[in-house]
Amino acid sequence: MIRASVQTEPIRPEAVLGHVGSDEDGAALLFLGVVRNHADGRSVRGMHYDAYEAMAEAVLREIATEASERLGTDHVSVVHRTGDLDVGEVSVAVAVSSPHRAEAYEASRYVIEEIKKRLPVWKREHYAEGDDAWVEGTVPPGTGGAPGRSTGGRDDEPVTATRGGRP
Amino acid sequence: MSVSVRTLFFAAYRDLLGTSELDIALEGQPTVGDLVRSLRARGVPFDGLPEHPAVAVNHAYADASERLSSGDEVAFIPPVAGG
Repeated sequence: MIRASVQTEPIRPEAVLGHVGSDEDGAALLFLGVVRNHADGRSVRGMHYDAYEAMAEAVLREIATEASERLGTDHVSVVHRTGDLDVGEVSVAVAVSSPHRAEAYEASRYVIEEIKKRLPVWKREHYAEGDDAWVEGTVPPGTGGAPGRSTGGRDDEPVTATRGGRP
Repeated sequence: MSVSVRTLFFAAYRDLLGTSELDIALEGQPTVGDLVRSLRARGVPFDGLPEHPAVAVNHAYADASERLSSGDEVAFIPPVAGG
Protein backbone atom coordinates (compact mmCIF):
# COMPACT_ATOMS: atom_id res chain seq x y z
CA MET A 1 0.00 0.00 0.00
CA ILE A 2 1.22 3.49 -0.86
CA ARG A 3 0.70 6.01 1.93
CA ALA A 4 1.66 9.67 1.82
CA SER A 5 0.64 12.41 4.21
CA VAL A 6 1.56 15.86 5.46
CA GLN A 7 0.64 16.52 9.06
CA THR A 8 1.13 18.97 11.93
CA GLU A 9 0.93 16.23 14.58
CA PRO A 10 4.19 14.59 15.71
CA ILE A 11 5.29 11.68 13.53
CA ARG A 12 5.22 8.23 15.15
CA PRO A 13 8.00 6.32 13.36
CA GLU A 14 6.81 2.90 14.50
CA ALA A 15 3.40 3.62 12.99
CA VAL A 16 4.94 4.59 9.65
CA LEU A 17 7.10 1.45 9.67
CA GLY A 18 4.00 -0.54 10.53
CA HIS A 19 2.44 0.46 7.21
CA VAL A 20 4.97 -1.57 5.22
CA GLY A 21 6.12 -5.17 5.28
CA SER A 22 4.58 -8.45 4.22
CA ASP A 23 5.37 -12.13 4.35
CA GLU A 24 7.13 -11.75 0.99
CA ASP A 25 9.45 -9.01 2.22
CA GLY A 26 12.84 -9.80 3.72
CA ALA A 27 13.82 -6.16 4.13
CA ALA A 28 12.05 -3.29 5.89
CA LEU A 29 13.73 0.08 6.09
CA LEU A 30 12.85 3.25 8.00
CA PHE A 31 14.50 6.60 7.28
CA LEU A 32 13.96 9.51 9.67
CA GLY A 33 14.82 13.14 8.99
CA VAL A 34 15.48 14.81 12.34
CA VAL A 35 15.91 18.46 13.34
CA ARG A 36 19.56 18.94 14.33
CA ASN A 37 21.05 21.53 16.65
CA HIS A 38 23.46 23.16 14.23
CA ALA A 39 23.67 24.60 10.70
CA ASP A 40 26.77 26.07 9.11
CA GLY A 41 28.45 26.67 12.43
CA ARG A 42 25.41 28.24 14.08
CA SER A 43 23.44 26.78 16.96
CA VAL A 44 19.87 25.90 16.01
CA ARG A 45 17.13 25.59 18.62
CA GLY A 46 14.28 24.60 16.33
CA MET A 47 12.74 24.64 12.88
CA HIS A 48 9.50 25.87 11.42
CA TYR A 49 8.13 23.90 8.44
CA ASP A 50 5.69 25.53 6.06
CA ALA A 51 3.92 23.64 3.25
CA TYR A 52 1.64 24.32 0.32
CA GLU A 53 -0.62 21.74 1.85
CA ALA A 54 -3.10 21.39 -1.00
CA MET A 55 -0.25 20.40 -3.32
CA ALA A 56 2.31 18.79 -1.00
CA GLU A 57 0.35 15.66 -0.24
CA ALA A 58 -0.24 15.02 -3.96
CA VAL A 59 3.46 15.48 -4.74
CA LEU A 60 4.42 13.22 -1.84
CA ARG A 61 2.08 10.53 -3.13
CA GLU A 62 3.51 10.91 -6.64
CA ILE A 63 7.05 10.47 -5.26
CA ALA A 64 6.04 7.42 -3.23
CA THR A 65 4.36 5.89 -6.28
CA GLU A 66 7.48 6.41 -8.39
CA ALA A 67 9.56 4.78 -5.67
CA SER A 68 7.25 1.79 -5.55
CA GLU A 69 7.61 1.36 -9.29
CA ARG A 70 11.39 1.27 -8.82
CA LEU A 71 10.99 -1.08 -5.89
CA GLY A 72 8.72 -3.43 -7.77
CA THR A 73 6.32 -3.62 -4.81
CA ASP A 74 3.84 -1.16 -3.38
CA HIS A 75 5.07 -1.00 0.21
CA VAL A 76 5.99 2.65 0.63
CA SER A 77 4.83 4.96 3.42
CA VAL A 78 5.98 8.55 3.83
CA VAL A 79 4.95 11.30 6.25
CA HIS A 80 6.17 14.91 6.33
CA ARG A 81 5.63 17.16 9.30
CA THR A 82 4.75 20.87 9.31
CA GLY A 83 4.70 23.52 12.02
CA ASP A 84 7.20 24.20 14.80
CA LEU A 85 9.65 21.41 15.63
CA ASP A 86 12.25 21.23 18.39
CA VAL A 87 15.72 19.79 18.00
CA GLY A 88 15.44 15.99 17.90
CA GLU A 89 11.93 15.92 16.49
CA VAL A 90 11.23 13.92 13.34
CA SER A 91 10.44 16.09 10.29
CA VAL A 92 10.04 13.28 7.77
CA ALA A 93 9.70 9.50 7.92
CA VAL A 94 10.08 7.14 4.96
CA ALA A 95 9.32 3.43 5.34
CA VAL A 96 9.73 0.87 2.57
CA SER A 97 9.83 -2.91 2.40
CA SER A 98 10.84 -5.32 -0.34
CA PRO A 99 11.86 -8.93 -0.80
CA HIS A 100 15.57 -7.98 -0.78
CA ARG A 101 17.51 -5.10 0.75
CA ALA A 102 18.93 -3.48 -2.40
CA GLU A 103 15.54 -2.32 -3.69
CA ALA A 104 14.54 -1.07 -0.25
CA TYR A 105 17.66 1.08 0.08
CA GLU A 106 17.20 2.43 -3.43
CA ALA A 107 13.53 3.29 -2.94
CA SER A 108 14.13 4.92 0.45
CA ARG A 109 16.91 7.07 -0.98
CA TYR A 110 14.78 8.00 -3.98
CA VAL A 111 11.92 9.26 -1.80
CA ILE A 112 14.04 11.53 0.38
CA GLU A 113 16.06 12.90 -2.54
CA GLU A 114 12.91 13.70 -4.53
CA ILE A 115 11.34 15.34 -1.48
CA LYS A 116 14.29 17.70 -1.37
CA LYS A 117 14.00 18.47 -5.08
CA ARG A 118 10.29 19.12 -5.47
CA LEU A 119 8.07 18.87 -2.40
CA PRO A 120 6.53 22.34 -1.86
CA VAL A 121 7.77 22.67 1.71
CA TRP A 122 9.97 25.37 3.24
CA LYS A 123 11.79 25.55 6.53
CA ARG A 124 12.85 28.39 8.73
CA GLU A 125 15.72 27.87 11.15
CA HIS A 126 15.45 29.37 14.59
CA TYR A 127 18.92 30.13 15.93
CA ALA A 128 20.07 30.09 19.53
CA GLU A 129 20.76 33.85 19.32
CA GLY A 130 17.04 34.46 18.72
CA ASP A 131 17.05 35.30 15.00
CA ASP A 132 15.73 33.07 12.24
CA ALA A 133 16.00 32.60 8.46
CA TRP A 134 14.53 30.57 5.62
CA VAL A 135 16.81 27.70 4.69
CA GLU A 136 18.12 28.00 1.14
CA GLY A 137 16.25 25.76 -1.23
CA THR A 138 16.29 23.98 -4.56
CA VAL A 139 14.39 25.06 -7.67
CA PRO A 140 12.05 22.18 -8.58
CA PRO A 141 12.95 20.54 -11.94
CA GLY A 142 10.73 21.23 -14.91
CA THR A 143 9.68 24.66 -13.71
CA GLY A 144 10.65 28.15 -14.79
CA GLY A 145 14.09 27.99 -13.25
CA ALA A 146 16.94 25.67 -14.19
CA PRO A 147 16.37 22.09 -12.99
CA GLY A 148 17.49 21.15 -9.55
CA ARG A 149 19.49 24.31 -9.12
CA SER A 150 20.50 25.46 -5.69
CA THR A 151 19.82 29.13 -5.20
CA GLY A 152 22.29 29.98 -2.48
CA GLY A 153 24.12 33.23 -3.10
CA ARG A 154 22.69 33.94 -6.55
CA ASP A 155 22.11 37.53 -7.56
CA ASP A 156 18.89 36.90 -9.45
CA GLU A 157 17.08 35.21 -6.57
CA PRO A 158 16.87 38.28 -4.36
CA VAL A 159 14.39 36.97 -1.85
CA THR A 160 15.97 33.59 -1.19
CA ALA A 161 17.67 33.18 2.13
CA THR A 162 21.32 32.63 1.30
CA ARG A 163 24.09 31.01 3.17
CA GLY A 164 26.83 28.56 2.38
CA GLY A 165 26.36 24.81 2.49
CA ARG A 166 23.35 22.60 2.12
CA PRO A 167 21.18 20.86 4.71
CA MET B 1 -12.29 39.31 -22.23
CA SER B 2 -10.24 38.83 -19.08
CA VAL B 3 -9.02 35.89 -17.07
CA SER B 4 -9.18 35.98 -13.27
CA VAL B 5 -6.81 33.79 -11.29
CA ARG B 6 -6.03 33.35 -7.63
CA THR B 7 -2.30 33.68 -6.91
CA LEU B 8 -0.66 32.23 -3.81
CA PHE B 9 2.70 33.17 -2.31
CA PHE B 10 4.68 31.05 0.14
CA ALA B 11 7.62 31.39 2.49
CA ALA B 12 10.14 33.99 1.25
CA TYR B 13 7.78 35.24 -1.47
CA ARG B 14 5.03 35.78 1.08
CA ASP B 15 7.48 37.71 3.26
CA LEU B 16 8.59 39.78 0.26
CA LEU B 17 5.06 40.79 -0.76
CA GLY B 18 3.54 40.93 2.70
CA THR B 19 0.62 38.83 1.49
CA SER B 20 -0.12 35.17 0.86
CA GLU B 21 -2.87 35.60 -1.72
CA LEU B 22 -3.96 37.97 -4.49
CA ASP B 23 -6.74 37.85 -7.08
CA ILE B 24 -5.42 38.98 -10.46
CA ALA B 25 -7.25 39.75 -13.70
CA LEU B 26 -5.37 39.59 -16.99
CA GLU B 27 -6.51 40.53 -20.50
CA GLY B 28 -6.55 38.18 -23.49
CA GLN B 29 -5.30 34.59 -23.25
CA PRO B 30 -2.55 34.93 -20.68
CA THR B 31 0.16 32.39 -19.91
CA VAL B 32 2.03 31.79 -16.66
CA GLY B 33 4.85 33.92 -18.10
CA ASP B 34 2.43 36.78 -18.78
CA LEU B 35 1.22 36.64 -15.18
CA VAL B 36 4.79 36.77 -13.85
CA ARG B 37 5.66 39.72 -16.10
CA SER B 38 2.50 41.55 -15.13
CA LEU B 39 3.20 41.10 -11.43
CA ARG B 40 6.84 42.14 -11.70
CA ALA B 41 5.79 45.24 -13.66
CA ARG B 42 3.94 46.47 -10.58
CA GLY B 43 7.31 47.53 -9.20
CA VAL B 44 8.40 47.33 -5.57
CA PRO B 45 8.08 44.86 -3.95
CA PHE B 46 6.78 42.66 -6.82
CA ASP B 47 9.92 43.22 -8.89
CA GLY B 48 11.74 41.25 -6.18
CA LEU B 49 10.15 38.07 -7.54
CA PRO B 50 12.50 36.15 -9.87
CA GLU B 51 12.02 36.56 -13.61
CA HIS B 52 11.46 32.81 -13.92
CA PRO B 53 10.02 31.55 -10.66
CA ALA B 54 8.78 28.00 -10.18
CA VAL B 55 4.99 28.12 -10.51
CA ALA B 56 2.28 25.55 -9.93
CA VAL B 57 -1.11 25.78 -11.62
CA ASN B 58 -3.87 23.91 -9.81
CA HIS B 59 -1.32 21.98 -7.70
CA ALA B 60 0.94 20.85 -10.58
CA TYR B 61 4.23 22.44 -11.59
CA ALA B 62 3.76 24.41 -14.79
CA ASP B 63 5.89 25.82 -17.57
CA ALA B 64 5.92 29.55 -18.32
CA SER B 65 4.08 28.83 -21.58
CA GLU B 66 1.06 27.21 -19.88
CA ARG B 67 -2.19 29.05 -20.60
CA LEU B 68 -4.29 30.24 -17.69
CA SER B 69 -8.04 29.96 -17.31
CA SER B 70 -10.39 31.81 -15.01
CA GLY B 71 -10.52 30.21 -11.59
CA ASP B 72 -7.00 28.74 -11.79
CA GLU B 73 -4.98 28.63 -8.59
CA VAL B 74 -1.47 29.81 -9.41
CA ALA B 75 1.13 29.30 -6.70
CA PHE B 76 4.54 30.94 -6.71
CA ILE B 77 6.91 28.33 -5.29
CA PRO B 78 10.16 29.57 -3.77
CA PRO B 79 13.09 27.12 -3.90
CA VAL B 80 11.89 24.15 -1.84
CA ALA B 81 13.54 22.86 1.33
CA GLY B 82 11.63 19.87 2.62
CA GLY B 83 13.05 16.92 4.47
